[in-house]
Order: sequence, then structure tokens, then C-alpha cells
Amino acid sequence: MLQAEAAVAGSGRAPSPLWTFGILRSELTTTLRRWRTLALLGVLAAVPVLIGIAVRIETNDGSSPGQGGGEGGPAFLSQVTNNGLFLVFAALAVTLPVFLPMAVGVVAGDSVAGEASAGTLRYLLVAPAGRTRLLLTKYASVLVFCLVATLVVALSALAVGALLFPVGEVTTISGTRIGFGEGLLRAGLIAVVVAASLTGFAAVGLFVSTLTGSGIAAMAATVGLLITVQIVDGIPQLSALHPYLFPHYWMSYADLLRAPVYWDEVVKNLGLQGLYAVVFGSAAWARFTAKDITA
Amino acid sequence: MAPNDSAGTDGGTRGTAAGRRKAARYIVPVAVAGVAAATIGLVPALASSGDPDLPKISAQELIEKIAASDTEQLSGTVKISTDFGLPSLGGLAESFAPGGAGGKGGSSADPQERMTELASGTHTLRVAADGPDKQRLSILDNASEYSLIRNGDQVWAYDSKSDQAYHATEDRAGKDAGKKSAHQVPEGVPTTPKALAEQVLKAAGPTTSVTVDGTAQVAGRDAYQLVVKPKQSGSTIGSVTVAVDAKNGVPLKFTLLPADGGKAVVDAGFTKVDFSKPDASSFTFTPPKGTEVTEADEAKAPHKADKGLDGLIPGAEQLGSGDQGAKDTKVIGEGWNAIAEITTPGGTGLPPKASGDVPAEAQQFLDALGDKVSGKFGSGTVFKTRLINALMTDDGKVYVGAVTKDALVQAANNAS
Repeated sequence: MLQAEAAVAGSGRAPSPLWTFGILRSELTTTLRRWRTLALLGVLAAVPVLIGIAVRIETNDGSSPGQGGGEGGPAFLSQVTNNGLFLVFAALAVTLPVFLPMAVGVVAGDSVAGEASAGTLRYLLVAPAGRTRLLLTKYASVLVFCLVATLVVALSALAVGALLFPVGEVTTISGTRIGFGEGLLRAGLIAVVVAASLTGFAAVGLFVSTLTGSGIAAMAATVGLLITVQIVDGIPQLSALHPYLFPHYWMSYADLLRAPVYWDEVVKNLGLQGLYAVVFGSAAWARFTAKDITA
Repeated sequence: MAPNDSAGTDGGTRGTAAGRRKAARYIVPVAVAGVAAATIGLVPALASSGDPDLPKISAQELIEKIAASDTEQLSGTVKISTDFGLPSLGGLAESFAPGGAGGKGGSSADPQERMTELASGTHTLRVAADGPDKQRLSILDNASEYSLIRNGDQVWAYDSKSDQAYHATEDRAGKDAGKKSAHQVPEGVPTTPKALAEQVLKAAGPTTSVTVDGTAQVAGRDAYQLVVKPKQSGSTIGSVTVAVDAKNGVPLKFTLLPADGGKAVVDAGFTKVDFSKPDASSFTFTPPKGTEVTEADEAKAPHKADKGLDGLIPGAEQLGSGDQGAKDTKVIGEGWNAIAEITTPGGTGLPPKASGDVPAEAQQFLDALGDKVSGKFGSGTVFKTRLINALMTDDGKVYVGAVTKDALVQAANNAS
């Protein structure tokens, strides 16, 4: 069935390292040019606009936001009126639990299963890249999407924040002050950390994607898994499990806004994401390299 | 790698071997998960083993070491876990304490209100101090932080969640603080192991046994363990363990175990500590533009900011310092078994507030929480926590102490 692949792979012509970047590039352009992906990014870009306008309208009369609601609003919302940069943090706090991972889940779940259901997977395997390399490329393109999606939220929030609210020196949540430049630097660091927070979930999505030949099923299963894990993370009686759940330390990016920065949970978060990436990445590899490709 | 990539496509006679090879690949994720689980489980166990080998020291010497400790510069992270056995002190305190009741509309940056939070659950705090003039204490919340900063005569509190600030100047703070010196405003809140240890050693007298029990590692530093135990029976306090830094005598960890066993009631200790000079910027605070600032005199806080342990644990005030806490308060017994007798209304204990000015629903709720008891004194209700018990008699007297229910009834019987 896959004699062509075996023949090419076994012919001894070692693919040049640049070849990997070639398939990564083509993979990225295919992923990022899809209407579905663009729509997802559009929704993500719209969230900060929505929050910014809502806060602006509410505080037009000079009151501070969340006065009626009191507790329970998204993190950082009350600081947005003082400094537009906080809209970046607020927007990430709003999108991180659902919107961002959902977008990542759609792209990751679709990565292998989508090709299988469209019948293009076998043609991809004909290319002399090898399954391991193809899987790595798929994962890499999902990771790039994680970063792009986070940056879309952050940049859109930064633009809206700068337009609607004053910007300037940043008061950290510890009460100390840092300059706007350093604030921007921290915002960039936070965007990278948030993107890195999604890598574990991306690996889970990739694994689910290798299990089925239906793109829709893989996306639904991945997003469903996300919601289930989030619910488990919210049940206090199951607190013994919480440190092992991939979304548990997601909000730890806020610790980067303390002075001095509190690294403990950020490091825990990154370690946990790395662990998920290795475990589910290797599970995806075990599945994908041993799988019969029928479509 | 490349030839393997087509494994399983050959079929035929090599099917079983290929199948085995397929299955073998799953060993990788399983092994990684296993190694990770083992590492997570084993590393703390390995790290905590091996108590440091330190020269012997007597309890007296160790106490002197604590007293002589002149470390004024430190910064670190403190983890504090408290479990008084109350369902949810946060909510209850609101209905009991007049400060809490009046707090509606008040600033969420008011120190008194925020410090009550520490009385239940687990919190991570950061402390920093640079001499007697500069201190800082922050409660690290999820995506927000509450900071109490003292720099010279300025006391600031900032709550990043609600973006509200609280401001007091030393004069004002000193006046509010009443008996205690204003120097203690942030430091007096006994969230640091040192302050907690001092509270206990103050209460130590002839009724107390103080011993040195081995050594331990706390926050990567070698420490002696000082164990303080009540000699009398009837106290709910089992023992208090204080880990004292072997080098500079700074208490690093404080653990209070109840007499009936189980989890520690209070467990506060440094997880990280650094005795070098903290960054000066930690002690400066200027409210950001647009932040709502509440001045101390506007805040109408009936409690002083540094009420600390006394405020957190009802009855502790009576325990430590006799009857200075409230009028109409008498102390029965001494040392650990001291029981405060409060004639309501007008006490400062926790439950008695309820009898005065709490609506009927709250009263019912209180009744549901307590146990009915009767004796020579008549009948009453006992409210129990893991540390402090209170007996509220039907004729309006309240007995509070860190003693067992039987000891309370006994005290009430003797008093009547």
C-alpha cells in the first residue's frame, strides 16, 4: 500500500535538513491560510476590542469598572482604566481558559485527522520525509499557531488599550512601579509564557488527532477533553489531582507582574507543559508511526 | 528511523513481530509518565531526609538566641496554612466582627479585613524587611496581590484585584494601634514565624515545658527545633514547634499541633529566605493614577491594623495578656488553661458579638453550630473549633479559651 513511501525512504537518499523547513513552511502556509484558521484568529482579535469598548463605556462617567459586580470579574480588569497595557493581561486572562485553547484544539485536532479525512494524508506520506518528521512538523506548526494566536490577542489588546486608555508607567500588582518599556517587555514575556502554556494541550490534541480518521471527531474530542479537564480543575474536592492537570497553572503568568517576579508557579507550569508534550507527543509518535494509513 | 517508519505495513508472516514492535513504541510515553511520577513522588522525600548535624544547644540558650537575633534585613516567601476547624471563617467573621459588618462600602484594601483571610486556608506570603523603618508584607492571590508596605511614617496597603489603596501615616497608625507601638504595624501581624514564636514565648511560664528537639532543614537553612508544650492537661494545644535558624536565631517555621492530633492548626514557615538587603524599590509605593485611596481616618476601622494574632484568634488576647482586651472580662486559671469570662454585651471575643446585635437568622445559625451543654451553672451552648472553644451560657456569660469543652464547663461551674 505504501510501497512508494518505503521505497523512497529506503533508497538511501538522506533528505537535506532544509527539507524539514520546506515541509514546515508549506504546512504553516496551509494551516494559516485556511478560512477556518483566519476566522478563529479574527474571533480572538475581537475579544480585546469587545472588553476595551465595554470597560470604556462603563467608566465614561469616571467610575471605576466592576463597581456593580464587585468580585468575580476577570483578573486585571480594574486596572485597565489606569493603564491601557493592562488590557493585554485582562484579554489574556479572558481568552486563556476557553478561546485560546479551543482555537489550538481545533488546529491540533485537525492536524493529522483532517488530512486523513480529506484523503491527503497518504500523499503527504509519499513525500520522502518519514512519518516521525511529518509528525514533528505537524506539532511544530501547531506550536507556531499557539504563538500566533496568543500574539494576535496581545497585539489587538495593546492597540485597543493604547487607543482607548492612557498608557504610561506600569504599577505591578505588588504595588511597585516599572517603566512603560519594561512593562511592554513583561507583556511580551507573558505572551510567550501563555503560548508555552498551550504546548501541553497541543500535544494532547495531536495525539487525539492520530487516533481517528475523522477531523471533526478529533476536534470535538480535543475540545471536549479541554472542557472536562477544566471542570475537574474547578472541583475543590478533587484538589489532589489538580497539580497534574494541564490547565491548573495557566493563570500563573500573572506572577510575572509581581515585584520581584515569583517564578515558582511559572516554572511548575512550564515543567508540566513539557511533561505533557513529551508524554502525549511520544504517544502520538507511537500511534502514528505504527498506524495503517487507509485514507 | 526512516525504514522503521513503514513498520506494520508488511503484513503476512511477519505480522506478529510487527505487532509487537508497534506495541513496544507505547513503552516510550508510558516510561516517560512513569519516570515523571516517580520523580515527583521521590524528590521531596529525598530532599527532606537527613536532618542537619548541629552542635547541641539547651532550650534556654536557644530562646536567648532568638531574643538576641538582630537580623533586620530579610526577604522571603512564607507559606501559611491554618485550619481552625471553622467552616469558613471569612464569611463568619463578616457577621461577627463589627468591622466586617461595617465593611460594606469600605475599602477592600483595609488591612484589618484582609488579615482575617489568613485565618483559614493556605496562603503564600512574601515578606521583606530592611531595618525598623521599612517592612513589606504581601499576600499572593491568584492573579492579584495584596501588599502592606511601611516606609518610615507612611503605611500603604494596595489591593491589586480591586485596584484600591489604603493609606495611613505613622501618627494615625500609632493612635489606631493603641497599646502597641506603631513600629509594629505591618510586622505586628504575626504572619512571620518570628512574630508567631514571640507570641508563644510570651505566654510561656511555669506551666510550660520548653525543649530542643533535634534539627531540621527549613528553606535550605539548618535549624534547631524548639518544642513548647503545655504541662497542664485540658488545653487544646498539643505542642508548638519553632524551627530556629542555627546561624542567626531567626525563627523560620512555626507549627501548632492540636492536643487531639491531626493536621496542624497553624503551620507557617519560610519556603525561601534571603538575609541580604532587599531592593529599596520594594518599599516605595505611589498610588497609580485613578486608584481609589482610602485614608485611615475615613476607613473608620474599629480595629487596629496590627491586632494580629489577637484579632485572628479570639481569646488569644486573653491568653497572652490577661484582661487588657475587653472590659467586663475576667481571666480564670493561668498559663495555657486560662479561660476568659466575658459578660456580654461588650466583649471582644468572637461569638459574644452575636448575642448583642446579630439578626435572628444568624442566631439560629450559631445555635446550629454549637453543642448544648448544661451543668451547675445552668445551660448554654459550646462552640468548638480545633483550637479555641467557647461556652455561651444562657444568662449571657461567655467563657473562651484554648481548652477542652470539659474544662470550660468546669470553669463555668466553679464560677457560678
